[in-house]
Amino acid sequence: MYGTIRCATHVSNFLRSYKSISPIKLAVTASGTRLYANKGNAGKQSGTKKSSDNIARDTTIRPSTPPHVIAGTCKPIMSPPECGKPNVMKEVPQPECPWDGEPKQRKYGKHLAIGILLTALSLFAFYKYGMDTTKKEVEKKQEKRRKEKIPVKFPATSKEIPSKIRYLLIGGGTASFSAFRSIKSLDPKAKVLVISNESFYPYMRPPLSKEMWFNEGPHSKPLVFRQWNGTERSLFYEPEDFYVDCKRLRDEPNGGVSVARGWTVKKIDVFGRKAYLEDDHVIEYEKCLIATGSSPKNLPVFKEASQDIQERVSLFRDIFDYEELEEILQGGVKKIAIIGGGFLGSELACALARRGQNQGYKITQIFRESGNMGRVLPEYLSFWTTHKVQKEGVEVIPNSEVEDVSLDTNAVVLHLNSGEKVSAEHVIVAVGVEPNTQLAEPSELETDDEFGGYLVNAELMARSNLWIAGDCTCFYDTKLGRRRVEHHDHAVVSGRLAGENMTGAGKPYVHQSMFWSDLGPEVGYEAIGIVDSSLPTVGVFAKATDKDTPKSVVSETDEGNRAASEAKAKPVTPATSSPSPPQDGEDYGKGVIFYLRDDIVVGIVLWNVFNRMSVARQVLRDERKYDDLNEVAKLFNIHEEQP
Amino acid sequence: MSSCKQVGKDKIIFATKEDHEVPSSVQLPDAEPSPGLILSTGEINWNCPCLGGMATGPCGVQFRDAFSCFHYSEAEPKGSDCYDAFKTMQECMSKYPALYNKDNNDDDDDKDDPLEALANSSDSLNETEQKPIEHREAIASKGS
Repeated sequence: MYGTIRCATHVSNFLRSYKSISPIKLAVTASGTRLYANKGNAGKQSGTKKSSDNIARDTTIRPSTPPHVIAGTCKPIMSPPECGKPNVMKEVPQPECPWDGEPKQRKYGKHLAIGILLTALSLFAFYKYGMDTTKKEVEKKQEKRRKEKIPVKFPATSKEIPSKIRYLLIGGGTASFSAFRSIKSLDPKAKVLVISNESFYPYMRPPLSKEMWFNEGPHSKPLVFRQWNGTERSLFYEPEDFYVDCKRLRDEPNGGVSVARGWTVKKIDVFGRKAYLEDDHVIEYEKCLIATGSSPKNLPVFKEASQDIQERVSLFRDIFDYEELEEILQGGVKKIAIIGGGFLGSELACALARRGQNQGYKITQIFRESGNMGRVLPEYLSFWTTHKVQKEGVEVIPNSEVEDVSLDTNAVVLHLNSGEKVSAEHVIVAVGVEPNTQLAEPSELETDDEFGGYLVNAELMARSNLWIAGDCTCFYDTKLGRRRVEHHDHAVVSGRLAGENMTGAGKPYVHQSMFWSDLGPEVGYEAIGIVDSSLPTVGVFAKATDKDTPKSVVSETDEGNRAASEAKAKPVTPATSSPSPPQDGEDYGKGVIFYLRDDIVVGIVLWNVFNRMSVARQVLRDERKYDDLNEVAKLFNIHEEQP
Repeated sequence: MSSCKQVGKDKIIFATKEDHEVPSSVQLPDAEPSPGLILSTGEINWNCPCLGGMATGPCGVQFRDAFSCFHYSEAEPKGSDCYDAFKTMQECMSKYPALYNKDNNDDDDDKDDPLEALANSSDSLNETEQKPIEHREAIASKGS
């Protein structure tokens, strides 16, 4: 903690010094930056309003926040506009810097009032916009079939892609981003080439099922999302100007990062240290990372369905899918069915149901398990969560599988194993992902039979000079054994570690990744370790008293996260929000759940309890049998009142 | 009073505030070290997420030179011997207005200085990771 304060002071002093002796002032007033500048201004003004207690808050967070680069890593040093950059596919105005805005205080009174006003205004705007576009969309719709998902290539020809590079990163997602940041930090003049099969520069996926749908108003700036504090930020980790053109990389004395987009590596000659692109262009490398991520699974019942049905069924993973779904929703649908009860299915169901209330569509969620997040949460909590998801307006159909599918004029009819039939104009299949290990066979790399994914050691190394990170990695966790993890933070953590090791660190996987999910205003949780509902669990919840209902606190907290623009942003009063708890005061509002394997804690869920991840890490590291987990739960301070 | 029940393999404890106010009998190992920008050795941690893309972007090398010069400067005032490094950094940054230029329509002073934003918000440099959850944590911790 001391370090963090010092860090801030140090940089401040550096800048003061820089300013005082700075020889020239930059006077770049390119008209092109003007648009961004205005956005930046907003961010910056709020930055200047920072109070000293913000420093305190930062240090409070610090212990629980592992030192990795993330999504959110705000780049306060750079001017706000740098944080987001339009992708080349769209001329998007550049959004401002993210989180460094206002002190993150819970000034609900003020924010709420503004939020409600904004909501009203934006709803009106949205309504008008919606009306206008709906008509056009409907006209277009008749002749238009769904666009094919073919990535655009940048550069267009592989001749412009370097044929020799020190660091080659295959895959352009979060793990790759995290790796190149690590590499450039440790090897400042490094030349890094990223080969991505998407058309976009690296971007973050979590907002695609969360914040992106909470944005109110017409999307004048696509691929930007509004954060809980009302400021906007781009999905893109770095703006386009951060990257070096592929053609120029070779001649850059200080190196840089280039991203060849829309290109696929088909094979690696590991011993010869060569990667082959789809058109046989060869890239010789010194160190290589595979971070190809994962792809959503589909169900056979849809894969085998007719073209007309497939037109109305989609998977959800990337920006393309997000934009397509947005278009479908704007096109005036009345009902969407979501298949799957895990993270993606449940998050999307909640997010879309909320928006559907304003836009006139309904969400039905169908899944195999008995409750939402049934493979993660213990059953009682899963049931409770389903109740909350229903409160968000989602029609939940648990214990069900789609056995057959047919078409009835404009709607897909889902025939469930219960005999029930559900019809919807569009179906989203969110039944998990599978690791992208297409390179394994041609490159003679080993994959794991049980978990899937490329097999690597504790240093994420598959072979000499070859590392693997992110979703597609089956790695050896020195504490918890062999694992494969499909979460954003794991991509960050493992990408970072791989990057360090590519520059010679030789470090094992020790720092645990975490994950988080939000389902409506009353359910938000973070978790770490092995969180699997088939394990025995011990949940310790705060018993509520009359004056302290966790739920009221929880809703406040979550509403804050969801930005004050939500119509329902007003903290729910305890009296109206109580969903008839099991007994007086016995509700799962706030708590901590321990997952045990051979009586040792291997996973922890922090249920509506925030800022305790460092304690959870300590408990996991302890690897010990506890006689009374209630004593351990005390360390999480779950009763803490939050004004 | 705290209560406890078992549902299949899952145990559920509802703990009262009073019960949890009694100090825990459990002692945990030390927290994982979380290195900031300056390591305990006094060296600069260039992989500190607090630097964002600063040390890794197109002017990363120039930034590192300037920052190192300042950090290790023994001149009085500190950093006053870093004129050249600062100048080089600034020249580089001027080539990337979209990355380093800030709002020119700012009401504040020093409007043309691309790094001004940092001076104003350097405390936020501490934030190691900033995903939505952290901000919620921030909200939650605010009250405590």
